[in-house]
Amino acid sequence: MTVPTGSTTEASSTAWHIAAAVEDPEVPVVTIEDLGILRSVDVDAAGAVRVAITPTYSGCPAMDTIRADLLAAFARAGYDDVRVDFVLAPAWTTDWMTEEGKRKLEDFGIAPPRTVGGVVSLTLSLRCPQCGSPDTRELSRFGSTACKSLWVCNACREPFDHFKAH
Amino acid sequence: MSVVGDRARRDLDRAAYVTALGDDALIAAQRMGEWIATAPQIEEDVALGNIALDLLGQARSLLSYAGALLDPVRTEDELAYFRDEREFRNVQLVERGWGRERRDFGVAMARLLILSTYQHALYSALASSTDETVAAIAAKAVKEVDYHRDHATMWVIRLGDGTADSHLRVQAALDEEWRYVDELFEGSWVAPALVESGVAADPARLRATFDRRAAAVLAEATLTVPEVTPAVTGGRRGVHTQEMGYLLAEMQHLARSHPGATW
Repeated sequence: MTVPTGSTTEASSTAWHIAAAVEDPEVPVVTIEDLGILRSVDVDAAGAVRVAITPTYSGCPAMDTIRADLLAAFARAGYDDVRVDFVLAPAWTTDWMTEEGKRKLEDFGIAPPRTVGGVVSLTLSLRCPQCGSPDTRELSRFGSTACKSLWVCNACREPFDHFKAH
Repeated sequence: MSVVGDRARRDLDRAAYVTALGDDALIAAQRMGEWIATAPQIEEDVALGNIALDLLGQARSLLSYAGALLDPVRTEDELAYFRDEREFRNVQLVERGWGRERRDFGVAMARLLILSTYQHALYSALASSTDETVAAIAAKAVKEVDYHRDHATMWVIRLGDGTADSHLRVQAALDEEWRYVDELFEGSWVAPALVESGVAADPARLRATFDRRAAAVLAEATLTVPEVTPAVTGGRRGVHTQEMGYLLAEMQHLARSHPGATW
């Protein structure tokens, strides 16, 4: 396969779609675009690709895997000059998560984050992603990964993960 | 002094400042990791493991940046694994063990409250550092340590306002840990030019925020703000407690036994 030709804007758009399809290694139902981890993809006139990703939490152990997955995805698409940079600013927030991403998380059984930067700060109960009941409680403020907490539904008794608002 | 000399001096001052903050996070993470599989409940194994992971991530960002400012450049791994005890610049609060006679969860929560309250004030100030990299690391870290502070607050209130035994133990833990609070706000080791140029935060100026927030938590927990004689410290000059050597031996032995090993 050859690298797409045309204006760099078109080329960047094509490259964005390749990067955007890379899945999160810890929550594989969502892509790095859904999570807001993918920040930019640029292709210069010579066809060199520069991808910028940002970590969710400072210690997120998935970053190296995401970089390797990005390089592999571009290699499969025929690109040979690809660099993946980590950027810290602006700091990642769950507000960058797409609506599509939140829907996919809920379908998978993970309660999606609430909006952080809203006009009104309200503590609403989480809806159980299994049965939809709002009668839920937090079991543990820390969960299986840095970005999640552990909850349980009082109605159906199922435990579930919650992607913490951050 | 030549222009090049000035520049090199500034980079070294900046590297020393960032290294100390990175060492605080690194050594705190290493010590906190000891709770994994030994906390009072499995949720705390996970919680303290995650908090340690956040701190390790902050340490990696800080030490990577500090290493890049040095000449010759040093990597985060070289700084973490191949410096000796006297080259570490962390405060003594974070290196000490978890209790004199037995590992005490009250000590862990008392220390986490102190550390996270301090770090929250620090990173809040550094989020507007004139050094873009420091500002970016701080803006990210402040959200993480805020969550740590919530966790420690919840536990200190639960233990302090809990049973007679938990109250006594967490107060005793606070009394001991509080001897290491002054060192957090002692700023003679920070190059004055760094504070003047807005790169660094003057440690002494973070104290009022810390005192106010810590006092509010202890009041709600029915605990007393300790009035204790400060420990003789020296972490910022590379002077550490006896327990630091054991911690480093555990943290560094693999990298030193098999230099350059990858997997």
